[in-house]
Amino acid sequence: MTGVRVLVGTRKGAFILTADGKRRQWEVSGPHFAGWEIYHLKGSPAAPNRLFASQSGGWFGQVIQRSDDGGKSWNPVGNQFTYEGETGTHQWYDGTQHPWEFERVWHLEPAIDDPDTVYAGVEDAALFKTVDGGATWNELPGLRRHESGPSWQPGAGGMCLHTIIHDPRNTGRIYVAISAAGAFRSDDAGTTWRPINRGLRSEGIPDEDAEVGHCVHNLAIHPTRPDVLFMQKHWDVMRSDDGGESWHDIGGNLPTDFGFPIDVHAHEPETVYVVPIKSDSEHFPLDGRLRVFRSKVGGNEWEPLTDGLPQRDCYVNVLRDAMAVDSLDECGVYFGTTGGQVYASADAGDTWAPIVRDLPAVLSVEVQTVP
Amino acid sequence: MSRTIKVALPTHLRTLAHISDRQIELDVAGGPTGKVTMAAVLDALETRYPALRGTIRDQVTLKRRAFVRFFACEEDLSHDPADQPLPEPVAAGTEPLLIVGAMAGG
Repeated sequence: MTGVRVLVGTRKGAFILTADGKRRQWEVSGPHFAGWEIYHLKGSPAAPNRLFASQSGGWFGQVIQRSDDGGKSWNPVGNQFTYEGETGTHQWYDGTQHPWEFERVWHLEPAIDDPDTVYAGVEDAALFKTVDGGATWNELPGLRRHESGPSWQPGAGGMCLHTIIHDPRNTGRIYVAISAAGAFRSDDAGTTWRPINRGLRSEGIPDEDAEVGHCVHNLAIHPTRPDVLFMQKHWDVMRSDDGGESWHDIGGNLPTDFGFPIDVHAHEPETVYVVPIKSDSEHFPLDGRLRVFRSKVGGNEWEPLTDGLPQRDCYVNVLRDAMAVDSLDECGVYFGTTGGQVYASADAGDTWAPIVRDLPAVLSVEVQTVP
Repeated sequence: MSRTIKVALPTHLRTLAHISDRQIELDVAGGPTGKVTMAAVLDALETRYPALRGTIRDQVTLKRRAFVRFFACEEDLSHDPADQPLPEPVAAGTEPLLIVGAMAGG
């Protein structure tokens, strides 16, 4: 029977949550890599039992783990992330130029059609790629060498490349997002890049509609309509209908348009989910009520989803990579919180229930629909 | 000349490298004078356990990671040059080289 496998990265290890297609009874496996920060885990669409995990820590640095049996066993693979050629500099907090320094892998995006190919988004912002299942990693340096690179500067969480999206209809097209530089697109498989931030406005930068410098928090697409992109920015929820060439605000009636994750229903390209957070200085839900907001019309008109979610005294956050959808007939939606809860909805968000309540702070949530 | 060195590793690195014993024995090549250096120990350690590459020292610069420390014979060897001979009791295999995750954070 078809089921789901939810991959959860936390501050102190990884957890794998599995259920059958009903998604009522869950098995919890973990912690894997106990004590380490697991920024992200993701499975290969081409070989779903092949998983990759980014394991890091302040003491022993970056490790990449690979499983070939759906997370039952893991082995470390290559962990050398060396910037290609001259390292170069970007803008530091004090306005001086600062050398690019590798800190960690934020996001691992396996290729759609090849289980040995994975892209890694790292801090300080750069894109790496492996074509040998993780044994060796090489930078795609065209992104970091973009002429705007020296003007990029870190956001509060570091200068991280946190979002990677492959266009399923055009293998040469890749979208990435960097905090706090903005969104970029390549149409030649990562060789050259250009910023795609027209229409974004950010009050926190000197030129509100500058080409780069926007704090993009997350991007999402629907695989059947890859030219439509949804964006959760530091403030503002945005939409592009032309592959990022231009953006418009779809925040509409949201109570606050600050937040981190954004995702799209598996079968309805106009159904979008966000988790509004009070503000950039108060990273928790408005009024202590944890509400997912859903638009069924591609933005502007949003409805709160509250059934099963705490509606008082809730002050957790939901981080940018901590929401995912499954692809069962009735789309499942999942998100994790900094309070250690992972919530699941088996009815596209109408009702919710926690799978687990007391994990370490959740950094990322991905889900696989498995046979 | 090769010498057998005792090396103690922190829990996280033992787990990573699938090592069950707290202390391992490692055959390390001695230099021309038979002296054993930290660089030679780490070379041998990473050759035997490739999973440890990059976790103790940078893979390119070979610089020790900030929160890793090297202790032996009740002394802190962390700041010694990597090509400096280790104390003779370590080279002789009577005292272990302790590779330690520094006490930091919470």
